Amino acid sequence: MDVWSSLMDGFATALTPMNFMYAVIGVILGTAVGVLPGLGPAMTVALLLPVTYALEPTSAFIMFAGIYYGGMYGGSTTSILLNTPGESSSVVTAIEGNKMAKAGRAAQALATAAIGSFVAGTIGTALLAVCAPIVVKFAVSLGAPSYFAIMVLALLAVTAVLGSSRLRGFASLGLGLAIGLVGMDSVTGQRRLTFGQPLLADGLDIVVVAVAIFAVGEALWVAAHLRRTPLHAIPVGQPWMGRSDWKRSWKPWLRGTAFGFPFGALPAGGAEIPTFLSYVTEKRLSKHPEEFGKGAIEGVAGPEAANNAAAAGTLTPMLALGLPTNATAAVMLAAFTSYGIQPGPQLFTSQGPLVWALIASLFIGNFLLLIINLPLAPMWAKLLQLPRPYLYAGILFFATLGAYSVNLQAFDLVILLVLGALGFMMRRFGLPVLPLILGVILGPRIEGQLRKTLQLSAGDPAGLWSEPIAVGIYVIIGLILLWPFAYKLIRRNRPKNSPLLPANSGAADYSD
Amino acid sequence: MTIVVGYVPTPEGEAALTQAIAEARRSSTTLLVINSSRGDALVDNRYAQEQEIQSIEDRLATQGIDHVIKQPVRGHDAAAEVLDAAEEHNAELIVIGLRRRTPVGKLIMGSVSQRILLEADCPVLAVKAG
Repeated sequence: MDVWSSLMDGFATALTPMNFMYAVIGVILGTAVGVLPGLGPAMTVALLLPVTYALEPTSAFIMFAGIYYGGMYGGSTTSILLNTPGESSSVVTAIEGNKMAKAGRAAQALATAAIGSFVAGTIGTALLAVCAPIVVKFAVSLGAPSYFAIMVLALLAVTAVLGSSRLRGFASLGLGLAIGLVGMDSVTGQRRLTFGQPLLADGLDIVVVAVAIFAVGEALWVAAHLRRTPLHAIPVGQPWMGRSDWKRSWKPWLRGTAFGFPFGALPAGGAEIPTFLSYVTEKRLSKHPEEFGKGAIEGVAGPEAANNAAAAGTLTPMLALGLPTNATAAVMLAAFTSYGIQPGPQLFTSQGPLVWALIASLFIGNFLLLIINLPLAPMWAKLLQLPRPYLYAGILFFATLGAYSVNLQAFDLVILLVLGALGFMMRRFGLPVLPLILGVILGPRIEGQLRKTLQLSAGDPAGLWSEPIAVGIYVIIGLILLWPFAYKLIRRNRPKNSPLLPANSGAADYSD
Repeated sequence: MTIVVGYVPTPEGEAALTQAIAEARRSSTTLLVINSSRGDALVDNRYAQEQEIQSIEDRLATQGIDHVIKQPVRGHDAAAEVLDAAEEHNAELIVIGLRRRTPVGKLIMGSVSQRILLEADCPVLAVKAG
């Protein structure tokens, strides 16, 4: 079956009234959590996972996709109206967007963000539909050694490239891998890290871990920092754009898309780097460089397009390889597993209808988001007036209910609290959350591939580099690990050279 | 002796402030302006921003009124903050603005004005937006 007819089948599935309704619920929820700083799509998907066990997997994933895209849209609203990024990927949007809003051009900033997100999301989703099957074709030829190498690359890249401190990143990754190890060894049946506790023999449920780290950790963190001087959201009417705004926006949208998609698809992608690159590019190419820093529309259009294209890009390795590169994709991958669906290259053949319905729902979700975001932006801004104790009380309630309902064991609530305290401590000491979640989710799968490789080579470690692709990836890993040292050497030799990139201030916040 | 006024950046709050200024001029006492927020929401439009406070400051200064402006964010509601301030400064008068509330709204959310009227130890002057 070719891409086109599969996609049309996907549309047929996604447009049934039930699935369409879940798409609507998804985008509304997603926009809401995107608008509220501290809440992100990853946490929302984790909270909803236990609730959706009763649903068809297709409906659940359509809702999750809506939440994911909605989160990307919603983040820009808070950035523009409040100068507080709702999501880590809209940090850059706040730079110009808030200046525009202060200059009375909030309506145009919101419009270019929403329409740019729509354009980039649509192009990105189309690229996803075209690229993913190609990646799958390539991926089915890969053996266990290459898989192992790719997963190691993804883990190291996310840990080492993003975030402000590598040490903190690796500490977080180590915690995640350790949590992933808990339970019975699948090959020998030995118990690992169970401390003689029989309830731990099955391992920690990924839903409980995700809910604890994202929801409970964040709720405790907010509770510890509850009182703060409230801000005023800049009042705004209906978003609209004039002729000159369109003229200045469409090129940044396309360039942002071009940055966003490939970076999202790379293992170390995420949306922060492409949004920043897009901003720098627009600043350089702009015909109005004097407006940058005072509210240039290009500085909103480009990064907003980039973060939505990156969102689509992230789904490419997630669906084609079973390789998540950000927190939301990681939780969605965990969702696949909990529905008994094996993620990986075989996903397109074994779950073809589900995958294509998911991709079709992304197109639909994008369109819905444009409709609900353009006229309703002022209403979304009102969400920020919600007293946070009510909000977090609700989240804790759902977190507890969800964690308990997974296995109906009171013991899971103890784990929820312990890991929630861990999540709080990680925020307190600036440890990024993303490497931990990736470690928990990818750890056992990496171990599986490693075991397979070593079994095939009869325990000889040379089996790990028996495939040329694996060797190539190890070289890249080596470069990533050695780069900071090499960079330091170069800096020392040329001390006058100032660093090109400013500190990536927002990237340490992985809560999305 | 002081006059305490509960201020919010709304027509009712402005009316209360204008009335309080008149009262303070008449009795030439200190005017204490209270604008508080519980500080638990990210956005609170009833918490005055810097420019608004500055303009009140200027207005009081040009009229030559001895004044103090306070913006407590301690997690207490507005009624508690106004009553606290009145007690602490031994207020001779509290001035507040009244807005129209539906009975249901009052039932659910309570009423700041009602609490001040019932619990204050000094006279309370309640004004409506003109």
